[in-house]
Amino acid sequence: MAGAYSTLTDLTDYMDFQSLLRAEEGMVRQAAREFVNAEVLPIIEGHAQAMTFPRELIAKMGGLGFYGPTLPETYGCAGLSSVAYGLLMYELERGDSGLRSFASVQGSLVMWPIFAYGSEAQKQRWLPAMARGEKIGCFGLTEPDFGSNPAGMLTRAVKEGGKWRINGTKMWITNGSVADVALVWAKTEEGIRGFLVERGTPGFSAPEMKGKWSLRASVTSELVLEDVLVDEEASLLPGVKGLKGPLSCLTQARFGIAWGVLGAADACYQCALDYALHRVQFDKPIAGTQLQQQKLAWMVTELTKGQLLALQLGRLKDQGRATPAQVSMAKMNNVHSALEICRKARTILGANGILDEYPVMRHMANLESVYTYEGTHDMHTLIVGEEVTGLSAYR
Amino acid sequence: MKILVALKQVPDTETKVKVAPDGKSLDPTDVKWITGPYDEYALEEAIRIKEAGGAEVVALTVGDDRAKEVLRNALALGADSAVLLKGQPSDDPLAVAKMVASFLEGKGFDLVLLGNKGIGGDNAAVGPMLAEILGWGHANVVVKLEVKDGAFLADRETEGGLERVAGPLPAVVTAQKGLNEPRYASLKGIMAAKKKTIEELDGAGAPAVLSNAALALPPARPDGRKIEGDPATQARALLQLLKDEAKVF
Repeated sequence: MAGAYSTLTDLTDYMDFQSLLRAEEGMVRQAAREFVNAEVLPIIEGHAQAMTFPRELIAKMGGLGFYGPTLPETYGCAGLSSVAYGLLMYELERGDSGLRSFASVQGSLVMWPIFAYGSEAQKQRWLPAMARGEKIGCFGLTEPDFGSNPAGMLTRAVKEGGKWRINGTKMWITNGSVADVALVWAKTEEGIRGFLVERGTPGFSAPEMKGKWSLRASVTSELVLEDVLVDEEASLLPGVKGLKGPLSCLTQARFGIAWGVLGAADACYQCALDYALHRVQFDKPIAGTQLQQQKLAWMVTELTKGQLLALQLGRLKDQGRATPAQVSMAKMNNVHSALEICRKARTILGANGILDEYPVMRHMANLESVYTYEGTHDMHTLIVGEEVTGLSAYR
Repeated sequence: MKILVALKQVPDTETKVKVAPDGKSLDPTDVKWITGPYDEYALEEAIRIKEAGGAEVVALTVGDDRAKEVLRNALALGADSAVLLKGQPSDDPLAVAKMVASFLEGKGFDLVLLGNKGIGGDNAAVGPMLAEILGWGHANVVVKLEVKDGAFLADRETEGGLERVAGPLPAVVTAQKGLNEPRYASLKGIMAAKKKTIEELDGAGAPAVLSNAALALPPARPDGRKIEGDPATQARALLQLLKDEAKVF
């Protein structure tokens, strides 16, 4: 394991939120934690520095059931509770946001809509193979000129007999260049529809975006669709029309993000705590100074609040009662807190905070992306504002 | 083929051990409990035997409610059923071996697999004692195991080499690091384990004759020393210290 934080062997749990977990939820977290300790932490800094995705982990994570784990056993999935899924995301993101992003996209943004809106043939074709990690998916909604306002999308699909012709460009697509199938959202005469576009379809390409200072161990791509012809039966998701299709997927993924970012924050908090206890200046550990304690106390408080928020949201979700606006609050709050925790951790580590010997700078840079993707912090603020006032401030 | 895997719940190897105020037991605060690492090899081997040729794998531990975690984990990894022998996990290995032996009586097990030692106590005694009580063959610190046609063939780690021992079943085999690479619990395995029940039995009376009288941590490591001077002086000083103080030459 890299860095001094390896001496802390379990997650931070100031309010004993784990006493609220079911036995199997704790076991899922433990299994994910062991996997991340053994398989991710030793290699992740190298991948982030080299800007490569750890492909060797795809099949391993599939073998353990990390993709789409809340979907039912009939499609080769584990049938976990939402809380167990959240804990899995926590541990994965303790490894790296890129890894959690991979699993989020595969499970929540591709497998979930195929399960919720696909035909039985589409489910049989994709879900078991995607659960095993043999097939990889990506989700194409955002466009170069339409981010927070996806309804304005320019990508169009036109029906031609039993086929559809798709034209358009998507951007900021996690997993794009490594995906076997892209779920592309396009405007049609009947509103926005989702299409499964397979790699190798003529006119479809997915060039990788380079030059990121964030999520460097993750693949980000453009999707280019030039007169792509797809077969309606195989490609079109029959079960949904309109913007609620892609937005409902994002609600699933944002739930996972609200949990996941706490893992990154926990890694940084523990690293900073350990560092402060061992870093001696003026003949005493800096952990014994008031300014550093103020930071540490704030960090552990925010982390704890985030855990309790995510847990209650998960319980509501498992009862079918969680609303998109509640998910927005959790995504907004937890990503913001996590990013601030990472930033404070960096200051506690001083100059060491910028080195890859410690995970802090990597997590911090990753969370800059997470702050913006899957609904920006500002948009989620406005969604919560609209929820409590009944007045939309952005439309 | 019926295999019993006997597991012990032990403090995580990364736990910072503290002695309780009584001076003879472990302070349980902040201790994270895990399955004994050597027991994990034993369980993995049993599951591999099951996958290769079919076997029924029963996981067993001695302890209280907390020890059920070890059994749930074994069920998630692939054990078919689990048994908790209720009772205080004793410091006396003979008492534990007697409890396990009395459970085994008349149940038709062909093989008992367990770690060559729990960690913490490091007695490495329950396996051999169990074999003695049962009158079964026994191979310990095993790094390779073959089981077929009512017999076993086991490679044992010995000083500077390997020893291959053969014997009939039923037998007791204790696992050593290197026997296999234990798997992680899969999420499907964890969910499947939810549907399996843990049988709870009272551990048949075997009073402990041994108990811990005192427990002490090793003395704290003294501070390091910095050797000063140019490289040649430092090398000479280091060599001298290695000879005179560390006595490694």
